[in-house]
Amino acid sequence: MTEFTPLLSFGGGVLIGLAAVALMAVHGRIAGINGIVSGFLTTQLNQDWAWRTAFLAGMIASPLIFLGLSGQLPAISIPSSPLLLVVGGFLTGVGTTFGSGCTSGHGVCGMSRLSGRSIVATVTFMVTAATTVYLTRHVFGG
Amino acid sequence: MRLLFAFSFGLLFGCGILISGMGNPAKVLNFFDVAGTWDPSLAFVMGGAVLVTAIGYRLIFRMQQPLLAQAFTLPTKQDLDTRLVGGSAVFGIGWGLSGFCPGGLVPVLGIGLIEPLMTFAAIIAGMLAARWAISTRYRTDTAQA
Repeated sequence: MTEFTPLLSFGGGVLIGLAAVALMAVHGRIAGINGIVSGFLTTQLNQDWAWRTAFLAGMIASPLIFLGLSGQLPAISIPSSPLLLVVGGFLTGVGTTFGSGCTSGHGVCGMSRLSGRSIVATVTFMVTAATTVYLTRHVFGG
Repeated sequence: MRLLFAFSFGLLFGCGILISGMGNPAKVLNFFDVAGTWDPSLAFVMGGAVLVTAIGYRLIFRMQQPLLAQAFTLPTKQDLDTRLVGGSAVFGIGWGLSGFCPGGLVPVLGIGLIEPLMTFAAIIAGMLAARWAISTRYRTDTAQA
């Protein structure tokens, strides 16, 4: 069980939205984390690479801010085995590359622009994720 | 200056992820486990993020150009193809297995646990494999055309 946290989750979502809006207002870019990681993996170390690297560095440094504000590190609990993490991670990398986006790129930025592609993508990965969890927890895992 | 802005936006995004619970796989998997230990919190993350972004984008796109860039860079594709749907379906399976989406994972890397690092390495491997597959297929397609 995890605790239902509607206010914290909504507040966190608002911060994610503010960051996405700020990135668009200043840099003119979509805050799709998959795309930013993918663009970081390049041999062309130009200006695009630089802002992506700075953005990722900020994300990685964010637990320090969390620690400073709350006095503790965020609670992370990982139910999946290392094998499932690696298989799941690999499928995530393959799928987001073919599908051109992830939860932030399609789910937040794309849906906010009412992009038909992003709405279809978001519904698709939500349904297959829920199906996967149902199968692993209630059919095969149960 | 540009980089300092990008860094601070990443910081803000990451704090949002950590506060919201998107970086906690147990919470993510429970969100999808409607038939079991359902935790609907993450619907509120999506709701808050989309609400703010939808309003913010609308205001921003009235500007001629971004503050520190020449133009807004937006996806132009409109068609729904099998690559979009198939890729997204595979991503959902991966997300459902690990509980980590890319945006949820990157801030957690900063905590220094081994499992998130493993997952991130696997995501990068998947990205590079898919890139290779796409470029190979593209070369074949043009060769045949």
